[in-house]
Amino acid sequence: MGQHTPLYGKHCEAGARIVDFAGWDMPIQYGSQIEEHRAVRRDAGMFDVSHMAIVEITGARAQECLRHLLANDVAKLKKPGKALYTCLLNEQGGVLDDLIVYYLSEGHYRTVVNAATRDKDLNWIKIQGERFRVQIEYRDDLAMLAVQGPRAREKVLRVLPSDLAVAARALAPFTGLECAGVFVSRTGYTGEDGYEIMLPADATPALWEGLCEQGIQPCGLGARDTLRLEAGMNLYGQDMDETVTPLESGLAWTVAWEPTERKFIGRAALQAQRSAGMQRQLIGLVLEARGVIRAHQVVRNDEGLTGTVTSGSFAPTLGKSIGLARVPVGFGRRCEVQIRDHFLPAQVIDPPFVRRGRILV
Amino acid sequence: MSNVPDDLKYTDSHEWLRLEQDGAITVGVTDYAQESLGDLVFVEMPQVGRKLKAGEACAVVESVKAASDTYAPVAGEVVDTNSRLTDEPELINRSPYDEGWLMRIQPDDADALESLLDPEDYENILAEAQ
Repeated sequence: MGQHTPLYGKHCEAGARIVDFAGWDMPIQYGSQIEEHRAVRRDAGMFDVSHMAIVEITGARAQECLRHLLANDVAKLKKPGKALYTCLLNEQGGVLDDLIVYYLSEGHYRTVVNAATRDKDLNWIKIQGERFRVQIEYRDDLAMLAVQGPRAREKVLRVLPSDLAVAARALAPFTGLECAGVFVSRTGYTGEDGYEIMLPADATPALWEGLCEQGIQPCGLGARDTLRLEAGMNLYGQDMDETVTPLESGLAWTVAWEPTERKFIGRAALQAQRSAGMQRQLIGLVLEARGVIRAHQVVRNDEGLTGTVTSGSFAPTLGKSIGLARVPVGFGRRCEVQIRDHFLPAQVIDPPFVRRGRILV
Repeated sequence: MSNVPDDLKYTDSHEWLRLEQDGAITVGVTDYAQESLGDLVFVEMPQVGRKLKAGEACAVVESVKAASDTYAPVAGEVVDTNSRLTDEPELINRSPYDEGWLMRIQPDDADALESLLDPEDYENILAEAQ
C-alpha cells in the first residue's frame, strides 16, 4: 500500500481507478479520461495534487540561499505572493527538479516540488542551504488541489470563505495569497486559467465536496498528463532529468543570466554549454497520420538526423497525436516518427499546442 | 464487475471469440480489457488475408494511456476487419462485444476453439486479477 492523500477516501467513493505514483496511491481517472480532459478545456476540472511536496524555506538569508540554489532568480519576486517557475540544477547544469517558488514574506519562501524527487530535493536543499542557516520544513500537514478551466475561478470563489474569495478574485496570474491558513494561487499545469489551493489536510475533504457541488469534474493523473502535454509543459523524469540542462529542455527562459554576479549552482556549466554551441533541443511534434506517439520512439528527418520522443499521447483537444522530442539543433520542421514498423510523417512545432482552450498549431 | 457474456469463448489475454455460422470466428477485446485500457483512440488492424499463428500479436489497440497488443486466439486467416474502428475506436469502449469487434478469422482447425476458456474460467481469472 502506498501513501494516501486526505482525499483518498473520496477518490475511492467516486469509483476512481487508483495507481501507484511515486509511492502514492493516486487516481488516474474517475471515468473517461477524455471527458475529464475536456471538462478542463471547456468548463472546470479539479485535481488532487497533495502528493506534491510543499517545502518552506525561512531565515534571514532565505533569499540569498534560493538565489544560490535556483536557476531562476527569486530577487524578481518583489511583492508577497508572487510566484516563479524554475529549475533546481546540479553543478553540471543537470535538472534535479523543476518547481514553483512563492515569495510569502521577507525571509519566507514556499516551494512546491515533485513527489518523486521530494527526498532528493530536501536532501540537496539541506546540504546546499546549510551555510545560509535557513530552516527547511516539509509541510506534510498541508494538502493541495488544482482547479483548472475557463470557469474554474468563478466556481471556486463561490465555495471559498467570503473574505478569502474577495481577495482571491483580485489575484493576477502567477500570484497567490494566504488567508486564515488557506493559500490560493492563480497557477496550474494545464494551460488554462484557475487556482491551486493549499490548505490543512483535515479541511480538504470538505472543500473537495463543496467544489463537487459546483459541478467541477474530478480529474485524474491521466487527464493531468494530456493537459500539460497540450500546454507544452515538461514532466520531470520524462522530458528532463539530471542528464540534460534546461537549455536542452525548452526552458532557457527560466534561466536568469542577469545579474552576472549571481553564481547559482549550475551556472558555469550552462554558460560553457551555451558558448560551445547547443547540440540538442526539445521540440513539439504533431503526427499527421493516424497513430499515437509514445515516449522512447525514434524520430528522424530526411537528412538522417535522429532524436527521441520524451512524451507522447493522443491529444483530445486536437483529436490527433502530439509529442515532445529531444533532437539535434537544426532538425528542421518535418520528420518521421517510428511507431512499431511504420515511419509516420510529423510536423515539428514550438510548444505549446493549446493555450486557454485555443489550438495553436 | 465486468460483463462476461456466457455465449462466448475467451483467452487469458482478454480477447473474446464467437463462432459464426459460416465457420469463421469473430474476435474482440473483453469489457474488462476496454475498461482497463481506458478511452481507445487508435486501432491498428492486420491486413485481410494475413495468416496468423495462435498466440501471435495481430492487432494493436491504443488508449490515451498506452498501446496494447491483441493476440490471435487461434491459427487461421484474417478474412475481415472492423473498418468502423478507424474513425470510431471508441466503439470498443461503448460496445466491446458487438459494434467494437476487431476482426474475423477463418480458423485452420475448427476444433481449436475447444481449448479456449469458457465464461466461468474467464470470470475466475478476472476474480483473481482484482
